[in-house]
Amino acid sequence: MPMALVGEPPKRRAAVPSGVLGMLLFVAAEVMFFAGLISAFTITRAGAPPLAWSLPGGVVLPAVETAFNSIVLMMSGVVLVVAHWRLRRGEDAKAARALLAATILGAAFVLLQGREWWGLLSRGVTMQTSTLGAFFYLIVGTHALHAACAIVGLGVAWWRLRRGALPAGFFYTAETFWYFVVAIWPVIYFRVYF
Amino acid sequence: MSAHAASHAEHGHHEQGFVRKYLLSTDHKVIGLQYLFTGMLMALIGGFTVYVFRMQLAFPGEEVPLWGRVTAAQYNALVTTHGSVMIFWVAMPVLIAAFGNFLIPLMLGCDDMVFPRLNRLSYQLFLLSALILIASFFVPGGPFGGAWTAYPPLSADPAYNATPWGATLWLIAVALEFVAFLLGGINFITTAMNSRAPGMKMFDVPIVIWMIVLASLVFMASVGPLIAGAIMLLFDQRFGTGFFNPATGGDPVLWQHLFWFFGHPEVYVVLLPALGIVAEVMTTFSRKKLFAYRTVIFTAIATSIISFFVWAHHQFVAGIDPRMAGLFTVTTLIISVPIAEMMFIYIATLYGGSIRFTTPMLWALAFIAEFLIGGVTGIYLGAAGSDVYFHDTYFVLAHFHYTFFPIAFIATFAGLTYWFPKMFGRMMDERLGKIHFWGTIIAFNVIFIPLFLTGAGGDHRRIFDYSLFPELAGLQGLRVLATIGLLVLIAFQPIFIYNFINSMFRGKVAGANPWRANTLEWAAPSPPPHGNFPEMPVVYRGPYEYSVEGRDEDYWPQHVPPDDPKRPAEQVA
Repeated sequence: MPMALVGEPPKRRAAVPSGVLGMLLFVAAEVMFFAGLISAFTITRAGAPPLAWSLPGGVVLPAVETAFNSIVLMMSGVVLVVAHWRLRRGEDAKAARALLAATILGAAFVLLQGREWWGLLSRGVTMQTSTLGAFFYLIVGTHALHAACAIVGLGVAWWRLRRGALPAGFFYTAETFWYFVVAIWPVIYFRVYF
Repeated sequence: MSAHAASHAEHGHHEQGFVRKYLLSTDHKVIGLQYLFTGMLMALIGGFTVYVFRMQLAFPGEEVPLWGRVTAAQYNALVTTHGSVMIFWVAMPVLIAAFGNFLIPLMLGCDDMVFPRLNRLSYQLFLLSALILIASFFVPGGPFGGAWTAYPPLSADPAYNATPWGATLWLIAVALEFVAFLLGGINFITTAMNSRAPGMKMFDVPIVIWMIVLASLVFMASVGPLIAGAIMLLFDQRFGTGFFNPATGGDPVLWQHLFWFFGHPEVYVVLLPALGIVAEVMTTFSRKKLFAYRTVIFTAIATSIISFFVWAHHQFVAGIDPRMAGLFTVTTLIISVPIAEMMFIYIATLYGGSIRFTTPMLWALAFIAEFLIGGVTGIYLGAAGSDVYFHDTYFVLAHFHYTFFPIAFIATFAGLTYWFPKMFGRMMDERLGKIHFWGTIIAFNVIFIPLFLTGAGGDHRRIFDYSLFPELAGLQGLRVLATIGLLVLIAFQPIFIYNFINSMFRGKVAGANPWRANTLEWAAPSPPPHGNFPEMPVVYRGPYEYSVEGRDEDYWPQHVPPDDPKRPAEQVA
C-alpha cells in the first residue's frame, strides 16, 4: 500500500503558459490538416496518368517568382524572432518597429501571391480546368487564408504594444501561429510548385 | 434546461437572467449539460430514423406509423441520418463534450476550464452544426442520402445521391462540428496540463480524465485530413472541381483514405472515455483499488497510437493492393491485444471486491460483456480473407453496433446514473433504473444477434426491400425479430426519461458524496456552485484508495489530509 505524502504539497507551476499550449495544440491539428492536403495531392499525382497532370494551355506554375515571395515570408519570420528578443529585453519601441516590419513583410507575401493568382486566372487556370490547378488553388489558398488570419493577429499585437497594453501571452500565442504559417510554407512550395 | 434552472434557483448565489446563466454561460458545468441535453435530443432523431427504416425492412412496402410509406430515396436519407446523428451528434457530444466538460474541472479540483469563452464558442458551433443538419430535412431533395461515410462519387454528384442541398449541408454541419470539438479538445488538454489541484501528480489523475484527454489528442491528430477531405468534397459538390472524379484525374479511393484515417481513430475517440467511465463506476462499486492503474494508462496510449495504423481495413474490397491489405490485417489484429488487456484488467478489478449491484454498476458490467462480443466479432472483419465475404453485410453492422451501442449508450447510462447526483443534487430511482437497464440490455441483444445471422446468411447492408431477393426470403423471420427487439428497446426508453426528469425535482436529496467515492468531484457540493469548491481542494493520494487496511472507512478521498484517518468525507462538503 503506497503511503500518501505528508505535509503541504508543492504549488503547481505551468510548464508552458496556457495560451501558448492551446495554440501549440491547435497548430498540431493544423499540421495534420495540411498533411492531409499535401498527402492527398501527392497520392493523386502519383496515381494520375502522366499527361493528365498539367495545367491547361501549357501554363507552368510560377516557381521562380514564388521563390522571391517565399524569401519575403521567411524574412518576416526572422524579423519576428528579433521582435521577440527585443520584447524580452524590454525594448518596447524597438520591438514594435520589428513587429510592424514582420507584419508588413507577411502582408507583402500574401499580396504578391495574390498577384500571381491574378496572372494564372487571366491565363485560364481555374479550379475546374484541371485537378492540378484545383489542388494548387486549394492548398496555396488555404495557406494564404491562414497567413491573413495570422497577420491580423500580429497587427493587433503591434497596435497593443504601441499603446503599451500588450499581454505577453497574446504576443506569444500570435507569434506561435505565425511561425507555423512560415514554417509550413517551404513544404508546400517544394511539393506543389515542382 | 428549465428544470435545471429550477433546481439551481434554490441556491441563488449569483442572480443572473436565464439567458445569461444557461444559454450564454461560460461555466463548464452548464456547457457540459448543454452538450448532454443537445445530445439526448439528437438521440431522439437518431432513434426515430432507425425505427422508420427498421419497420420498412421488417414489413416492406407497408405504412409505417408516424411516417407513412418509405420510398427508396427516403430510406437512404434515413439510414444516413441515423448513422451520422448517432456518431457525430450523440456519441461525440455526450461522451467527450458533456462528460469532459462536466468532469474535468471537478475531478482535477479547479474552478473552470482554462479557456471558458472558447468553451462557450465550442458549444455554440456545435449547436449551429446540429441546427444545420436538422435544416437539411427541409431543403429540396431532403437530407443527405449518401451514407454517413459519404463515399464519392455517390456523395459528390447530385445525380447519384439525389440530395443536392442535403449533401452540402451535411458536409458543412460535420465540418463545423469538428471545429467545435477541436476547440473543446484544446481546452480539455490545456486544463488537464495546467489546472490540476495542488498535489495532483500525473498518476493521481482519475482514469476517466486520462481517457478523455487521450481521446481529445487522438481526435485532434486525426481530424485534420478529414477536414481537408471535406473541403475537397465540398468543392467537388458545389464548385465543379474533380478531386475525387477519375474523369479529370482525381481519385475516389482517396476520400476513403482521408475519411478512415479519421474514422477509425474516431472509434477509439469515443471508446476511451467510455472505458474511463466504466473504470470509475467499477472501482467505486467493487470498493476495490483499480487493478494496474498505470497499465491501463499505458495500454490506452498504445491503443491510441496503433489506432492510426489500422484504417485501411475498411477498404479491403476497395481495390487496395493485397500486400497493403496484409499489413493492415496485422495491425488490426494487434490492436485487439491492448483492448483485451484492458478487459482483463477490469475483470481483475472486480475479482475479490465487495460488489454492489447499483444501476450504474449494472451498466458498467454490461459494457464489458457486450463490448466483448463486439470485439471478438471484429476479428473476422479485421482479417482480409474473411472480410471479403463479410464486407458490407449485416454481420459488419451487428459487429459495429456491438461496439458502438455499449460505447454510446451503455457507458453513457453508466456515467449518467453515476454522476446524476452530482449534476442535479438528487438521486435517481434505483427500481426504475434497473427496469430500464434490463429492458434495454435484453432488447439490444434481441436486435443484433439475429443480424449477425442474417449477415452471415448473405444479407447485404444497403438493401431497401429484401422481398426483391427471393433467395434471402428465409431470413425474413430474423429481420422481423430484430425490428421487434428495436420496438421493445424504444419502448423502455421513456422509463429512463421519466426517471431522469422526475428525479431532477423529486429524487432523494443526494448530499455531496452519496456513493462514498474518492475522486475530487465528490468533495464539491451537489450540484456544485459556480466556482465548484467552497475551498479549493489539495490532493494527497491517488483516486482509487478503497478498502485500505487499517482504516475505519472503506474509502479514502483524494483531498482528505493523511493525518486524520478517521475523518468521514461528508464534513468536507
